[in-house]
Amino acid sequence: MRAKTMEYFDQLIPKGMVLAKEAKEQGKPVVGYYCVFSPIELIEAAGAIPVGLCATKQEPIAEAEKILPRNLCPMVKSSFGFAISGKCPFFHFSDFVLAETTCDGKKKMYELLSEHKPMIVLDIPNSATLEDLNEHWLKQIYRAKEYFEKNLGTEISREKLREVIKVYNEERKLIMELVSLNKHHPTPITGTDLLKVLWGRSFQFNRQEFLDQVKALITELKEMVANGQFSCSPDSPRILVTGCPTGVGQEKVMGIIQECGGAVVLQESCSGIKGFVDLVDEAKDPFLALAEKYNKIPCACVSPNKGRLSLLSKLVEDFRVDGVVDITLQACHTYNIESYSVKEHLRKNHNIPLLQIETDYSESDTEQIKLRVEAFLEMLK
Amino acid sequence: MTWSIGIDVGSVSAKGVIFNGEKWDYIVIPTGWMPRQAGKEVLDQLLRKADIGLDNVGIIVGTGYGRVNLDFTHKTFSEIVCHARGAHYLFPQTQGIIDIGGQDSKAIAIDSEGKVKDFILNDKCAAGTGRFLQVMAQVLGYEVSELGERCGTTEPVEIGSMCAVFAESEIIGLLAQGVSQERIVAGVLLSIARRVGTMAAKLNLGPHVTFCGGVAQNQVLQHFLKEHTGWEMEAPEKPQLVGALGAAIIGYELCGGGK
Ligand code: SF4
Ligand code: SF4
Repeated sequence: MRAKTMEYFDQLIPKGMVLAKEAKEQGKPVVGYYCVFSPIELIEAAGAIPVGLCATKQEPIAEAEKILPRNLCPMVKSSFGFAISGKCPFFHFSDFVLAETTCDGKKKMYELLSEHKPMIVLDIPNSATLEDLNEHWLKQIYRAKEYFEKNLGTEISREKLREVIKVYNEERKLIMELVSLNKHHPTPITGTDLLKVLWGRSFQFNRQEFLDQVKALITELKEMVANGQFSCSPDSPRILVTGCPTGVGQEKVMGIIQECGGAVVLQESCSGIKGFVDLVDEAKDPFLALAEKYNKIPCACVSPNKGRLSLLSKLVEDFRVDGVVDITLQACHTYNIESYSVKEHLRKNHNIPLLQIETDYSESDTEQIKLRVEAFLEMLK
Repeated sequence: MTWSIGIDVGSVSAKGVIFNGEKWDYIVIPTGWMPRQAGKEVLDQLLRKADIGLDNVGIIVGTGYGRVNLDFTHKTFSEIVCHARGAHYLFPQTQGIIDIGGQDSKAIAIDSEGKVKDFILNDKCAAGTGRFLQVMAQVLGYEVSELGERCGTTEPVEIGSMCAVFAESEIIGLLAQGVSQERIVAGVLLSIARRVGTMAAKLNLGPHVTFCGGVAQNQVLQHFLKEHTGWEMEAPEKPQLVGALGAAIIGYELCGGGK
């Protein structure tokens, strides 16, 4: 059974395009970003609309491969292809782009992209143990602030930023409350529907409307649980999905898990809860608080990435997970290598098995993935 | 007495095992173009061989890539789980399985009850599968089944290419240079043993490993695998039947173990 409120979230992304266009026509600036490291509160506080540009479709990859090498992460290729072919309305409407130095593929792609769009590239350190990590980040936050102020002709005051942080925190808490409903067994909401809500967040610019709908969804799901209505069967193994971001349009693996009788309880990755689980400290100076929040994103681009292991430890216990599926994208070295550490960590500390699925955005490996997922689910029963 | 039947429809051959808790019998036929028909044929032949009717069969379990085409099965399970059960039945002390099939190769770690602990599959690249041996055998003008006898104990030649297509031209080059066929065959077997052995090493199977699949009886390949992994390899007498046997055993338990 599916919650009725989901119909609203089904429409979010298609509607988002219209909303972006309207906003643009009303003279509201739009700023694109690609990564969960992006401090989007700054964009909002500058009076602009933040839109996620991170692409998850196969379609523009052929165009991208005219310039980029084939042997590259599909997310980088898809994002680039969308941008240069003019097929992504969000990129088109963006006044400029907030980028970041995360993985090599993205860094070098941004260099090429900067010929098509003005951008500011945040200098994100790849070391988690950098001595002056907070100071370094704070400088980057101020750099972004100045860039926005100059290019948008506004001023980002502490008060304004505080207000935005408050709203965003509210949203994070609500989203985590929604996700937490899946601690229940059987789960009230499927992993692919959760993804629709979390991913769709970036395509609704009216924060209050989004909050209200999430609240309505939570209420409805609670009622479903009380009435004994669920999204999976009682014998479905409980699966946590981790790895590279796999947004809407790239639910292939999650779809297969669900089709084969598994319940995707939640997604730890950037398309899941990674950006929502920690709040920005409202008691601190807002710029410093942003720096402190965003430098702790547990991404594989950062080394060492202990945060991901401890987050996973907590999640597999809290959500009583039976098995973990690590979705890694082809040619994403950081996540592909880290898969081994994650697997060993879960085996040693929690006796939970991990299945790594290395894939791309095409449909060509569907049968091969099915074979693995079926065997993995049988193994968990 | 209740019987259970396991049917494993692979890309090359369809295999069936009939089991009553104590003894088992089998049928193997080529899959041909119609997996469903091959599966049905296996079922009919099994019933005739055991001289029983369908009403004596408690359950039919399908496995193998063609299992989706079998509309007469009661349950289906993946090859992975079936191989584990089959190997455990034949060799109760086995801790893992290496299987080199026509389409893929796999390594499976199993616990003391025959349950799957972990597995790894290669089905993306021909170089680590039976397909590689097929292509190489063809170039040399042999059948895959003869490869073992064709090399004896000669020193294998080093085949560097990781890809089946490149290895093919490499072999043609070696032949032109006058390298003996025996050394080339040994080199081909060593190359696949290294590939599959390295994949299996990720799972830390050892030391008791069951070697399955159509080429498992190849002594030279067995030897190279042993050397590369340091594990003891045991191959069942009919290594291609392990999946169907496992399916029959799982079925037998599901229908109440004859009770
Ligand atoms: S995985 Fe890392 S680089 Fe990719 S979006 Fe997430 S935080 Fe950014
Ligand atoms: S998935 Fe990996 S390679 Fe692709 S953009 Fe993210 S970090 Fe970079």
